[in-house]
Amino acid sequence: MHITPLHYLVLSALLFTTGVVGVLLRRNIVVILMSIELILNAVNINLVVFSHEHRQVDGQAFALFVMAVAVAEAAVALGILIALFRNRGTVLADELDLLKW
Amino acid sequence: MLEAFLFYVFAILTLGGAILTVTRRSAVLSAVWLTVSLLGVAGIFLLQGAEFLFVSQIILYIGGITLLFLFVIMLVNLDAAANVRQFRRAWPLILLAGLGLAAELILLLSRGAMPRQAVPQSTSSVLSFNTEQIAGVLFSRYFAAFELASVLLLVAIVGSVWMGQERKSAALTAHERRTQS
Repeated sequence: MHITPLHYLVLSALLFTTGVVGVLLRRNIVVILMSIELILNAVNINLVVFSHEHRQVDGQAFALFVMAVAVAEAAVALGILIALFRNRGTVLADELDLLKW
Repeated sequence: MLEAFLFYVFAILTLGGAILTVTRRSAVLSAVWLTVSLLGVAGIFLLQGAEFLFVSQIILYIGGITLLFLFVIMLVNLDAAANVRQFRRAWPLILLAGLGLAAELILLLSRGAMPRQAVPQSTSSVLSFNTEQIAGVLFSRYFAAFELASVLLLVAIVGSVWMGQERKSAALTAHERRTQS
């Protein structure tokens, strides 16, 4: 059987779903950030597949931008995480409820 | 046939790595399985003729981001946190919501107007010279966005360095808070 673009899109949808479940399921902020990386990778698969489908390279340029933003996001988020751990002594998302009443 | 075989290999790597990333208790194991999943995504890029993104994925994600994750895991000493509950109590509800989301997305995709036949694998068409083409688009049509991305990266570097450095007062108050409680 042949591999159609639909196969790639279903793979991307399942990867996205796994990332969403990971964000909701985990308490550890580090693993939540990893799940966000999974979501961004699912988006990149979609962009590359449609770029290939339409024979235009614009989608790959957009995927490159997504990668750059993902790298910046990971660096800033991990910096915040280190500051957070230093000040509050925890990396569990549901223990950081200072703004909740 | 070779493409189908490679697709399923990379799909299993991607999805299996992703599921194990989400379900492992130890954050270090999660980072290792995240690397496997990102390698699978890189293979998918290669199958779709995006050679430049394939190399970028390996250098940026596998060489950069997972290494950063491992460094941070060692810095914040997650061994103490590994003994506590790692998953939320509402996990059956979350899994149900995930299954619903997956079913909805697949239903949406299968009803869409995507062509069901395989794309002819003529890599000698427009998408050859992949890196040159991306560079051409990047430096002409998306030049402003490209420069903005470099500014964003600079801001991210400065911000993460500023947040990561130890300030005397903050560290002191945290220590005091811990000793008081």
